Amino acid sequence: MKLPCDVAGKVDAICDAHGNNPGELINILHEAQHLMGYLPEEMQKLIAGKLNIPVSKVYGVVTFYAFFTMTAKGKYPISVCMGTACYVRGGEKLLDEFKRVLGIDVGETTPDGRFSLDCLRCVGACGLAPVVMIGDKVYGRLQPVDVRRILEDLDA
Amino acid sequence: MEERQITLQIDHHFVTVPEGTTILEAAQKIGIDIPTLCHIDLKGTCIRNNPASCRICVVEVEGRRNLAPACATRCTEGMVVRTSTLRVMNARKIVAELILSDHPNECLTCPKAGNCELQNLALRFNIREMPFNGGELSPRKREVTASIVRNMDKCIFCRRCESVCNDVQTVGALGAIRRGFNTTIAPAFDKMMSDSECTYCGQCVAVCPVGALTERDHTNRLVEDLADPDKVVIVQTAPAVRAAIGEEFGLPAGTLVTGKMVAALRELGFDYVFDTDFAADLTIMEEGAEMLNRLARYLDGDRSVRLPILTSCCPAWVNFFEHQFPDLLDIPSTARSPQQMFGSIAKTWWAEKMGIPRERLVVVSIMPCLAKKYECDRDEFKTDGNPDVDYSISTRELARLIKRANISFTLLPDMDFDQPLGTSTGAGVIFGTTGGVMEAALRSVYEMYTGKTLKDVNFQAVRGMQGVRRATVDLDGFELKVGIAHGLGNARHLLDDIRHGRNEYHAIEIMACPGGCIGGGGQPLHHGNSAVLYARANALYREDAGKTIRKSHENPFIKTLYSEYLGKPLGEKAEHLLHTHYFNRSVQ
Repeated sequence: MKLPCDVAGKVDAICDAHGNNPGELINILHEAQHLMGYLPEEMQKLIAGKLNIPVSKVYGVVTFYAFFTMTAKGKYPISVCMGTACYVRGGEKLLDEFKRVLGIDVGETTPDGRFSLDCLRCVGACGLAPVVMIGDKVYGRLQPVDVRRILEDLDA
Repeated sequence: MEERQITLQIDHHFVTVPEGTTILEAAQKIGIDIPTLCHIDLKGTCIRNNPASCRICVVEVEGRRNLAPACATRCTEGMVVRTSTLRVMNARKIVAELILSDHPNECLTCPKAGNCELQNLALRFNIREMPFNGGELSPRKREVTASIVRNMDKCIFCRRCESVCNDVQTVGALGAIRRGFNTTIAPAFDKMMSDSECTYCGQCVAVCPVGALTERDHTNRLVEDLADPDKVVIVQTAPAVRAAIGEEFGLPAGTLVTGKMVAALRELGFDYVFDTDFAADLTIMEEGAEMLNRLARYLDGDRSVRLPILTSCCPAWVNFFEHQFPDLLDIPSTARSPQQMFGSIAKTWWAEKMGIPRERLVVVSIMPCLAKKYECDRDEFKTDGNPDVDYSISTRELARLIKRANISFTLLPDMDFDQPLGTSTGAGVIFGTTGGVMEAALRSVYEMYTGKTLKDVNFQAVRGMQGVRRATVDLDGFELKVGIAHGLGNARHLLDDIRHGRNEYHAIEIMACPGGCIGGGGQPLHHGNSAVLYARANALYREDAGKTIRKSHENPFIKTLYSEYLGKPLGEKAEHLLHTHYFNRSVQ
């Protein structure tokens, strides 16, 4: 897969802004991931080339930290909170329902590219537990029965 | 300024060392052998791995609450160190037991058995049971490439291979990926090594303390071929093998066992025992002619000619520039490696003379190298699918086979190679060490260029172990500037300079392995002792000094080969049989 031209240019600019310094790799990956929501192979190769380090080093860092991902996020990225409050109020059941309805596991994206599923730890809205974030929007006090309706509303 | 000296006490012995010395090095100085596992430091070369991650080398330091890793703790004035207290011994044993807790129990059938540093530690620490149940390991990759076998279930994460591949060779094929129990050492994107920029130099295999990285073994195939009455099986032995294989039979490093090696190969049942050194002489004829040709054109004012000319005998080096410097493919000599020249001549000139049809002839090579296995497989070295060299066996594999065939190696008489492909000069012999190919080339190029006889054939300036060496040779008024690099990281520096138009050389010799072929990935394991490499290199120079003929172009059978068959160097037939071309293999 080839990177879109504008993305490649932006990756270049990010590396340059960090002085193409290998010590800045994590910060660079952090910013680069914002461009497409994930770090595809081509992007890692580009970064390795700019910093003059082996791709295996870049890939090693990407696979070490849970924050970095190589899976394209869906149009609607779903994150189910697994923080303490959400967990005790049924966060896991909620997560299982998302998995069942979407037919994907955590860290995966539906084949049509619409939904991706992840976990997160606390968005600071414990009063609304259990909480799910879809994109920038927070959904609170959810039950497994609500899952199908929310997904259908998003899709409408 | 003089180095500050520090005096400390280790196990009640006083020792004085320069500031900056580690406890491990200070202990070694007075003969105290602290066990290590992840640490390796091949002094005098650039091979070094010191992550201080395994904690096998812990010692007690007075006044310090925790045990200290000896490999990474610097000595201080008045320090009091104890290396074998009960606390230290228990800690080491537990560390080893924890490493063993998720290591496969396959020692009986492991190719590294008997030569495994982890196994040796288990023995040394008197580990007689496995007290810990390891975590659930996800099965890791296994891969059989043309040269290297990777079995990552056995990996203990010492990171030696990663250091060698990235820092020493700057190939960047291997690195740690993922984390926790899912960690493994792999090429980027968890690809297969055969799909990566791996050059098959085998230095990862040479430093792997366990059985995670080993050579691809062809000994079973060889045993079958030797037993087949319809096949004529001939063998060629690389120069570096004779200076190292004795180590596998308890002889000191640097013992020359050329004659015993020949005898052992006859005992094994090879029909003819030949020498790659013959082909090394042939390489000098072709590469030397190419060098003179390029120089002559350059001196005539032709600025389109590419200089420097780079040697091309080392298949890992060829892989390296095909992957990393595809823009410079026209710089290396087009001469094939000695292994391939041998195969090509054996299956044409020699086979025709002997009346042996190609399909009945099996050419085997004994090499200090793992990349040679891959080189045999390259399509450009095949005729109608039949390879010029059928397969290559490493020094280690040959030693194992000799033991398996009940041959008492050290009791064998010295025997001579067969003719004509077993006759070689001193120039061919030194191909096995860094600087040797250049020295061999200089001996012939000097005489061909000047038309004069070279008085002293010893070019001391190109010898030694320094990573990059340069020398100027006076060719009757013309100052020939030559460079030598060993280790691919050193080669990269020179190549980067050439790429950016900064070049001071007319010719450069490059060998992928530190020390050259004597330190190859297929050699008996050095276990971190660089004295072994120096001893092997010296052995080759001794063999050279003892030869009556020391210049490649004076080899009588090389002369016969050209007059009977090839015509002249770089002639049509020579181009076809002895030269090759290179490919862009860039993976990025």
